[in-house]
Amino acid sequence: MDKQTPLYSRHVALGAHIEPFGGYLMPIRYGSVIDEHLVVRKGVGIFDLSHMGEFRVKGAGALEFLDGLLTNNADIPVGKAFYSAMCYPDAGIVDDLIVYRLGDDEFLMVVNAANIDKDWAWVMSHTGSFDVRITNESDQTALVAIQGPKSQELAALLTTVDLDSVGFYALARGTVAGRQAIISRTGYTGEDGFEFYISAEDAPSVWDAAMKAGEPLGITPVGLAARDTLRLEVGYVLYGNDIDHSTSPLEARMGWAVKLSSDKDFVGRDVLRRQKEDGVSRLLVGLTVEGKGVIRHGTELFQGDRRIGVVTSGSMAPSLNVVVGLGYVEKACSKAGTKIEAELRGRRIPVTITRTPFYTAGSRRQ
Amino acid sequence: MSSIPGDLRYTKNHEWVRLGADGNVTMGITDHAQELMGEIVMVELPPAGQDLRAGQSAGVLEAVKTAEDFYAPVDGKVVAANEALESDPGLVNRDCYGEGWLITIHPSNPSQFEGLLDAGQYKELAGE
Repeated sequence: MDKQTPLYSRHVALGAHIEPFGGYLMPIRYGSVIDEHLVVRKGVGIFDLSHMGEFRVKGAGALEFLDGLLTNNADIPVGKAFYSAMCYPDAGIVDDLIVYRLGDDEFLMVVNAANIDKDWAWVMSHTGSFDVRITNESDQTALVAIQGPKSQELAALLTTVDLDSVGFYALARGTVAGRQAIISRTGYTGEDGFEFYISAEDAPSVWDAAMKAGEPLGITPVGLAARDTLRLEVGYVLYGNDIDHSTSPLEARMGWAVKLSSDKDFVGRDVLRRQKEDGVSRLLVGLTVEGKGVIRHGTELFQGDRRIGVVTSGSMAPSLNVVVGLGYVEKACSKAGTKIEAELRGRRIPVTITRTPFYTAGSRRQ
Repeated sequence: MSSIPGDLRYTKNHEWVRLGADGNVTMGITDHAQELMGEIVMVELPPAGQDLRAGQSAGVLEAVKTAEDFYAPVDGKVVAANEALESDPGLVNRDCYGEGWLITIHPSNPSQFEGLLDAGQYKELAGE
């Protein structure tokens, strides 16, 4: 049975096309996917991301525990966040996630909706003798995001927190529309933006306040379809499409979030180390379609008669008006500029390996 | 509530079919279908002269997030494909029963047209 987020009735009232995603009934689009996409590139869009999962990790052993579970370094300053993979011993990916350091001994893990149960079981099976208390707060936590170049202008109308002091991948605690929130400058669109972690019961009032305050800025609700095209244009991976148990973070070019050079030990490290020494045989690359056709997840890629890879995400890119995608290809074919072909319904269309992000004019702060 | 013109025939695949004075049939997708798909960003049409059988895939409509085949409503030969969709696939959304038509077929078995759904039957199928 699919769950509803605390904002479900808002989506219904807005006439959204609603479909199950990751176990939740989510707004896929409210009207035009292209319009929703472009609003985030030029103005500000608002997203209900309450389907995402939140695990709170507290205790004197919290840092050590997370460092043993995550590929990235968890020892970051309080008030900052980091992106990481969480791997199986075979280096396959359990999930990709964002982790916030809320205190010396307190972290918040934000995981993909479809993986909440799996991740919870995985995390809990590794607590061992660590001094940690972990709570799954997914059902009690709502997440409202505002994204786009005008998002700080909007956020300033909703909170008294000094937003200039909240850097990229940093957080502040304060109120949004009078409700307690974690306010972070994070997102999945390539634009500047904020994410508000609030309690489920506060979600409707925060959403309504943001919609009202954002009206003069042209705020538009944005569904998961545009969220997907936005992330694809900047080359961000999506779990279940581009990464999963069968892919390693090194193949997915997430090596920057895999700390192999320090003495940090974590699940999957030995296999990842070997992969780094030996080199991986395939790599995730950006793909630009030169001919007519839309590549999709599962479209096969060829060089001459030889199958060299497969598309993992693909779509028309609304800001660029070309069809782009991500996919794994043999390492020898992975250099930007390499010409390959995609097979669509028995027809071959030319594709060029392209460096990501495809869209480079985003307002995201560094 | 989508528009379902009473003078057209329909298929279970949410296509409409119009019988011309010359005996050829023209088809497109219904308002209900274009609304479900959202913005059409690319259309793949069959070449003129191609023989199709009823129910056979005749081409592909690509929306931003999904792709859907469309199917020949009757047996016959493609006599025209809507080339305007090449540069403006959004015609399918803006005017699905008019400028957004897909193909015209010369039926080899004209009686098949009479076997298609009428507007009332389609309305029921579309749940409207």
